[in-house]
Amino acid sequence: MNLSVNFSALRDAKWQQFALRFLFGGAICVLAGVIADKYGPAAGGLFLAFPAIFPASATLLENEQKEKKEKVGLHGTIRGRKVAGVDAVGASMGAIALGVFAAIVWKLLPNHSAGLVLLGATIIWFAVSVAIWRTRSLMLHSFNRRKTQRER
Amino acid sequence: MCAFAAIGDVLKPKSFAGLFGAAPSVALATLYLTISSKGKIYAATETRSMIAGAIVFFVYATFASWLLMKRNASSLVVTVSLMPVWLVISFGLWFLLLR
Repeated sequence: MNLSVNFSALRDAKWQQFALRFLFGGAICVLAGVIADKYGPAAGGLFLAFPAIFPASATLLENEQKEKKEKVGLHGTIRGRKVAGVDAVGASMGAIALGVFAAIVWKLLPNHSAGLVLLGATIIWFAVSVAIWRTRSLMLHSFNRRKTQRER
Repeated sequence: MCAFAAIGDVLKPKSFAGLFGAAPSVALATLYLTISSKGKIYAATETRSMIAGAIVFFVYATFASWLLMKRNASSLVVTVSLMPVWLVISFGLWFLLLR
């Protein structure tokens, strides 16, 4: 499956969409701090992997797909939900990589430069995410090809 | 946070863009503030719990994708109603293993 970048999506995006995600993400940062102060860093740390941005992204994606279909006179609710579901599959793969990010920071942060550890862990998060996504795509492709051959 | 969100918005296919829904954006912002105020050891302790949070995020997103694709449920309803599930499982793991 080929990757593509659609910059026009940024032109079409409303500033409220980014503001909503920024506000919700910021609120989770504050909540993590408050819980860490009250119950300790082990409890507060859970919120570093809270699904803060994903709900807004999935909802906006569903609405965007729905609007697109409605513009050409079609009912796009089902299509919108399916696309949001595909987005959620991606988030589940990103979550595995998020665990790897956390493990790297946990092990390396006490004895190394904080900036380098955070930068390195973010790069590794991206690399692991892409590797999982690519492996899944190849497996799906291979499964579909075998299924088609069996049906012939 | 907005940078990761913007990257997710412009990429296709959406399964790839979805990776950015689990980007460490909140973690980076929170860890930066924690390291500045409380030091690296305190922040490292937080990231140990973050591993448990990430495992629960995986369960959350997998269940959400199933509900969206197979049950045709609304994104807003699914993602918001599953948040208490994330909270309960995460705090359960914290209570049993990390406290």
